[in-house]
Amino acid sequence: MKSKTFFRLTLTHAFIAILGFAMLYPVIWMIVSSFKPNNMIFSDTGIIPKALTIENYISGWKGYSGVSFAKFFLNSLLMCAAAIAANLFSCSTAAYAFGRLKFAGKGFWFAIMMTTLMLPAHVTLVPRYIMFNGFGWVGTYLPIIAPKFLATDAFFVFLLVQFIRSLPRDLDEAAIIDGCGLAGIFVRIIIPLAKPALVTTALFTFLWTWDDFFNQLLYLTSPATFTVSRALRTFIGDSGAVSNWGGAMAMSTLAMVPSFILFFSLQKYFVQGIATSGIKG
Amino acid sequence: MPRRVSKFLRANAVPYMFLLPWLLGFLVLTVYPMFSSLYLGFTDYDFTKPDSTSWVGFGNYISMFGQLFGVSEFSASSGKVLRVDPYYLKSLSVTFTYVFVSVPLKLIFALLVAMLMNQKLRLMSFYRAVYYIPTLLGGSVAIAVLWRKLFEKDGLINGILETVGFTDLPGWITNPNYSLGTLVLLTVWQFGSSMIIFLAGLKQIPDEYYEAASVDGANNFRKFFSITLPALTPVILFNLVMQMISAFQAFTQAYIIGGGKGGVLNSTLFYTLHLYLKGWTYHEMGYASAMAWVLLLIIGVITGIVFRSSDVWVTYGSGE
Repeated sequence: MKSKTFFRLTLTHAFIAILGFAMLYPVIWMIVSSFKPNNMIFSDTGIIPKALTIENYISGWKGYSGVSFAKFFLNSLLMCAAAIAANLFSCSTAAYAFGRLKFAGKGFWFAIMMTTLMLPAHVTLVPRYIMFNGFGWVGTYLPIIAPKFLATDAFFVFLLVQFIRSLPRDLDEAAIIDGCGLAGIFVRIIIPLAKPALVTTALFTFLWTWDDFFNQLLYLTSPATFTVSRALRTFIGDSGAVSNWGGAMAMSTLAMVPSFILFFSLQKYFVQGIATSGIKG
Repeated sequence: MPRRVSKFLRANAVPYMFLLPWLLGFLVLTVYPMFSSLYLGFTDYDFTKPDSTSWVGFGNYISMFGQLFGVSEFSASSGKVLRVDPYYLKSLSVTFTYVFVSVPLKLIFALLVAMLMNQKLRLMSFYRAVYYIPTLLGGSVAIAVLWRKLFEKDGLINGILETVGFTDLPGWITNPNYSLGTLVLLTVWQFGSSMIIFLAGLKQIPDEYYEAASVDGANNFRKFFSITLPALTPVILFNLVMQMISAFQAFTQAYIIGGGKGGVLNSTLFYTLHLYLKGWTYHEMGYASAMAWVLLLIIGVITGIVFRSSDVWVTYGSGE
C-alpha cells in the first residue's frame, strides 16, 4: 500500500516536472542560444552549447541607429519608475474613497469604475492621440505616464479597494479620537496597512509598463526615446526578416531579466494579486 | 448658505478630493474621448489634414461591411466616393477564429494543470512558479521575437520534429494555413493566470464533498463532473469573460510575428492590428474610430450573451 502511493507520487512529480520543462524549453533554449555563435543558432536544437561566445551581446548592445541598449534600458527603467509613482498615488487615493469613505454618488461612481475595467482601450485611442498631439506630447513619455496620474489603470483601483475593505475599522475610530481627519487616517493607517496590495500594484505596474508595446509604438517616435520593448522590434525588419538573430536573442534575454528578478523575489505578491483581482494575462 | 447645503458639502468635500484624480481621468480620458471617437467615426478625419474633414454618415460602417453585400464603391452623404475596405472582414474572421479557439483551449489547459497542482506535494510552489513563467514573459516583444525564431522553416520546432523523423516541414509562420495557429499556441502557453485562479477555486471545494461521493461509490470521472466542475462554474465564467475581452484586443504578438503587418495573405491580421494600420499608417483615423466602436459593440454583445447564458450553467453557493 505504502509503495503504491510512493509510486503514484513519483509519477505525479515526474509528470509535472517534464511538462514544466517542455513548456520552458523555448525560453531556456533562447537563453542558451544567445551565447552560441551566430551560425550555430540555426542548426543546434539542443540546450548544451558546443561553443560559447558573448559576441551576440556585444553586437546586440550596439542598438539601433547609433543609440545603444544602455540608453534603452535607462529609458525603460525611468518610465517604469514614473508609472509606479503615478499609479501608487492615484489608485490608492481613489481606492481609499471607494473602499472606506461615505459620500454621495459612491455606488454610481463605483459601478462606472468597474465598467471601465471592461472597456477596450481602442475606443478612446484616436481622440487621446489627437489630444496628446495637440499638447505636443507625441514623442515623449507623457502620453504613457500622465494618464496613470489620473488612475486610468482601474484594475489597481479595484485591487486596492478589495484590500482596503478587508482592513479592520477599529483603528480608524481610535485615530478619530486622537484628532486625525480623513486625510490623516489615509496617510497614517490605510497606507501602512495596505502595503502588500501596494507592492502588488507597483509590481504589476512595472511588468505591464515594461512589456507594453502598443503605447510605446504609438508615442515614442525617435530612437533616443526608445524603450527596450520598442527597440527589440527594430531587430525585425519591415519585411519580417531578421538580420542579426544572435543580437536579437541576446537583447531579448536581457529584456526578460528584470521580470525574472521581480518574480522570484516577490512571488507571494503575484499569487495574491492574481487570486484577489483576477488580473488579466 | 443654508445649513443643510453646507453640511452636505462638508461631508462630501474630502471624499471627493480623494476621488478627484480618478474622476478627472474618467471625464477627460474616457468620457470625452468616447464621445469624440463616436463622432469621428462618422467622418473621414485624417490626422495629417484635419481641416478637410467631412461628415460621411455611416460611410465608414458601410466600408467595413459593404463586402457582405457585394458593394465595392459607394458615395457617402458628403458626395465623396468611398471604397469598401477589402480586408475588414478578413480581420474580423481572423480575430473571431483566434478568440474562439485560443480562449477555450487556454481555459481547458489551465484547469487540467490546476487540478494536477491541487495536491499536497512538496515543491508545489516551485512548480507553480515554473508554470507561471510563460505568462510572466509571454506578452513581451522578446517572446514574440523568440516565437518567430521557433516556428520558422529552419527554426527550433522543425529541428526537433526532424530529429524524430518528420520531413518536408512547412515554415509555420510563413505558411498562411498555420501562422494563426502559432499565435493560438503562444496564447494557450500563457495559461498561468487562469491556472492560479482555478487553483484558488479548487481549494474552496470542501473535502467532505469528495469523501461523501467516495462513500456513495463515485469514481474520479463522476466526481469531476458532479462536484468539481459545477463548483468551479463561477470561476470559469470569470476566466472566460476576462480572457475573451483581452483576446479580442490582442496586438503585440501579431504585430511582431507579422513583421508589422498582417502576416502572409493577412492570415494574422488581428482586428486591433488592422485598426492600428488604418489609423496610423494610412491616417484614416475616422475609420479607425468607427472600427473601435464596432469592437466595443462586439465585446459588449458577446460578454452580454455569456452573462445571460450563465443563468443556465453557473451554479452559485454550495448547491444546497
